[in-house]
Amino acid sequence: MNKISDIETIRSLFPALEQTVNSRKLVYLDNGATAQKPKQVIDMVNLMNSGVNGNIHRAVHELSSKTTELYEESREVTRKFMNAAQREEIIFTSGTTASINLVAVCYGGKHLKKGDSVLISEAEHHSNIVPWQMICQSKEANLRVIPVDENGHWRMDMLDNLLDSSVKIVSVSHISNVLGLINPVEELIFKAHAKGIPVLIDGAQSIVHIETDVRKLDCDFYVFSGHKLYGPTGTGVLYGKREILDSMPPWMGGGDMVDTVTLEKTTYAPLPLKFEAGTPNFIGAAAMAEAIRFVESIDRKLLDKMEQSIVDYMTEELLKIDGLRLYGRGDSRISLFSFTVNGAHPSDLAMIMDKMGVALRSGQMCAEPLMRRFGVEAMLRASFAAYNTIEEAEYFIASLKRAIKMLS
Amino acid sequence: MTIKEVEQQIVEEFSIFTDWMDKYEYLIELGKSLPIIKESEKLEGNLIKGCQSRVWLNAEFKDGLIHFTADSDAIITKGIISLLVRVFSGRAPKEIIDADLNFLNEIGLQENLSPTRANGLLSMIKQIKIYAMAYSA
Repeated sequence: MNKISDIETIRSLFPALEQTVNSRKLVYLDNGATAQKPKQVIDMVNLMNSGVNGNIHRAVHELSSKTTELYEESREVTRKFMNAAQREEIIFTSGTTASINLVAVCYGGKHLKKGDSVLISEAEHHSNIVPWQMICQSKEANLRVIPVDENGHWRMDMLDNLLDSSVKIVSVSHISNVLGLINPVEELIFKAHAKGIPVLIDGAQSIVHIETDVRKLDCDFYVFSGHKLYGPTGTGVLYGKREILDSMPPWMGGGDMVDTVTLEKTTYAPLPLKFEAGTPNFIGAAAMAEAIRFVESIDRKLLDKMEQSIVDYMTEELLKIDGLRLYGRGDSRISLFSFTVNGAHPSDLAMIMDKMGVALRSGQMCAEPLMRRFGVEAMLRASFAAYNTIEEAEYFIASLKRAIKMLS
Repeated sequence: MTIKEVEQQIVEEFSIFTDWMDKYEYLIELGKSLPIIKESEKLEGNLIKGCQSRVWLNAEFKDGLIHFTADSDAIITKGIISLLVRVFSGRAPKEIIDADLNFLNEIGLQENLSPTRANGLLSMIKQIKIYAMAYSA
């Protein structure tokens, strides 16, 4: 099948992009928070809700076998997409947050002892901070942090000192939801593994922007959300190397995760169902497969070319604006830009630009420690997706300039 | 003037604006002209934290009336605050408790009070009402 090689075709698949907001054509640049959905995803959700609906893994009737098939097919599509070795290594969750919490509770809960450490970075989303704080608190372990420099890069020079034998797991984002820089995770994984420490990669932003190969990365866990990858909300993935997942106790107990149950004792189902207690979001999972198929249907060259032209254009234009400070500086970045402007509060800019039809994120970005690092209360963020055009970037820059003028 | 009358006055002022930009420009102007809270009163205890912006609110009770001063780091929020201060400041507690704030809806600013905005405005109104209840006791 021919791959999609033009952006108009991509856009035509997204009904949400057709709408007007405040009587302006919508320019949706809050993709770092959640992406719009292509027709295939919407159709699958509708199809299942209007008939192909039966609880999975537990009945012999036709509808149940159809949904079970779609669910397990999605696991296979996901496995291939991230190049995992086995289907058992793909656990469906409700999203990145649930995936990280699962690892914190099941891996951290098992391995952390008093005085041990968990290593994260200063540029993490709250969902990769708080679960670790919670488990550290209950185990009397410490949370250690790789600081970031003025440009938002990890202080790799401090890594050797931070990675001592007290560290039981490292959990970092591949790309920060604020800075947009592609972090040197390969080097970190290599160094951690040299000391026998497993690494979790938060791929919530990176899965959307760069090709992901978990075997090449050699990470022990990789997590992401379906809704940022053009899939439905409430879907997500935890990839884990099989031997580590096998060694972890289950998290939630319930149906589907058991082998035999007596009132005295229960034995657990093998992977992946061990971690999928209760009725999973099978409609979501099936529709997420459609989202992945959508991404795979686009010519990668087009995606990479668009990414680069938006990065080049935006960086150049943003830095031309007086008093604008861009956070996350460097060549290895994605089309996600957080910044502040002297004399113009991010929330004011976002409110005015909303009236111009531009959807942005303002505030602390679920990353308060990073706000503190850069000495600001809030930032404004524009984050692009596969359907955003250079014309939209141009409109964004023009709107931003007008909003700044109104506020000055 | 009663609270209702001040609210009606504000609604009339806003009725001349035909589009959003005009409305926001007016709010920005109001925000700039709001006498800011004294630095000495920008205390942690007067701070209402929102994810989007911060709001400070100070109340003083004199001769049976509550006087409010307020501030925000975001100028549009501050503009809306100045409307609220105009409506509520110098009023008896009972009048504040009874006010329904429908005027915000009429001038199309209701959405700014939605909890999802997290700009501190909703908490500010709650705080104003709490002060009024406390002083009416």
